[in-house]
Amino acid sequence: MAKTKEVLLDPLFDNNPIALQVLGICSALAVTTKMETATVMAIAVIAVMALSNLSVSILRNYIPPSIRIIVQLTIIASLVIVTDQILKAFLFETSKQLSVFVGLIITNCIVMGRAEAFAMQNPPWASFVDGIGNGFGYGLVLLFVGFFRELFGSGKVFGMEVFPLVTEGGWYQPNGLMVLSPAAFFLIGGFIWALRTWKPEQVTED
Amino acid sequence: MQHNGIPYILGFCLAVCLFCAVVVSTSAVGLKDTQELNKELDRKSKVLAVAGLIAEGAETAPAEIQSLFDKRVKSIIVNLENGSINEELSKTASTYDQRKAAKDLELGQDAPKHPFGVKRIPKNALVYLVSTTDMDGEGNGFELEQYIFPVEGKGLWSTLYGFLAVGPDFNEIKGLTFYAHLETPGLGGEVDNPSWKKKWIGRRVFGPEGSTPDQWDGVKVRVKKGIAGSPDEDPYYVDGLSGATITSNGVTHLINFWMGENGFGKFIMETAKNAG
Repeated sequence: MAKTKEVLLDPLFDNNPIALQVLGICSALAVTTKMETATVMAIAVIAVMALSNLSVSILRNYIPPSIRIIVQLTIIASLVIVTDQILKAFLFETSKQLSVFVGLIITNCIVMGRAEAFAMQNPPWASFVDGIGNGFGYGLVLLFVGFFRELFGSGKVFGMEVFPLVTEGGWYQPNGLMVLSPAAFFLIGGFIWALRTWKPEQVTED
Repeated sequence: MQHNGIPYILGFCLAVCLFCAVVVSTSAVGLKDTQELNKELDRKSKVLAVAGLIAEGAETAPAEIQSLFDKRVKSIIVNLENGSINEELSKTASTYDQRKAAKDLELGQDAPKHPFGVKRIPKNALVYLVSTTDMDGEGNGFELEQYIFPVEGKGLWSTLYGFLAVGPDFNEIKGLTFYAHLETPGLGGEVDNPSWKKKWIGRRVFGPEGSTPDQWDGVKVRVKKGIAGSPDEDPYYVDGLSGATITSNGVTHLINFWMGENGFGKFIMETAKNAG
């Protein structure tokens, strides 16, 4: 079980897919203007990644090496479509805001990266846990970025008012930069900097 | 096992594809009803919100939305070319997809040349009639309070989709709301700020209070630069959105277009003539 724990917790800080491997940045920019969308997106990615790792791992001894990438892609794409359908049916409001970005989980490099790098070599259970762990690592950064962008961009956290806005009779003048994509770059940069200060072994030598 | 032979690879592909196809289509077909219901509820709750029957953004139970909509709102479909009510289509108004109709070769047409960003318009468009009192199952007891027109047009980055509610005289604005747009949050995105939307209430679309359609000369209401007075002092002007001139102009244009003769203008004239 020690290994399971390691596989699960390792991607949070020691081997974070966004902070260390710098994968999956595009969706981290797009869906983090609000905590709510960031949370739903993180859950969707965790589910897709866990299940795709699991299925690829079960099939790993049968997948012909020459077409392995395309097989992984087919599995991931199917899972993404199913996830999208479920969101549209049960979380309609949020799915409208996430719009194309759920579909774009297919192109999220983390999902395929883990399928190719981990699930192809490891047994199903470990792969499943690895998917969940990496999903959490991704979700952690998403929530971090989403928290600051929503708080400073619209004065809210999870849609609850924290800073009353000037336009609604309060005192807080929202920071317009925060709701635009570049803000996520700065925040992710800040996150990586903080993490590498805490864990200097992650610093890459030139 | 030999994993590199061509028959094996082909067989494997086929099996994976078949399996995935079954999973995907099962989920799509199985969840379709729920998704359709969501879309319908979404549309209805927006109409109710602009009519002021439910609070915007508030969580309202689906059953309540359904019953309120059934009791207070009538949907009709209007022929935009001659302004008459299309009785045939109105029977199926609840499933009429106006955006799809606009794109359709038969049911839509190119919008007349104008600078407002609307490229295709449907030949028939939905109009919602809101009653002040509850109707019974057969639609009796209908007391007209306002008309709700769907409107759309270009802002800066995106097409704005919304509803404009006007009183029975077609002149007094009861509300304006945009439910879908991708304008810059904080600037053009302020089109869905509740306090800005409230500024529309009480403005006049065509002419002074109590005027009749034959005295009207086109759509007058517009978003101005800077701050407008109260509806009594400034009946045709609404405060501009600072830092969002293009979005503000877009709003002016889209109301101009849809309330004008290429939009619902003919229906408005026709209805006003018959009534008075």
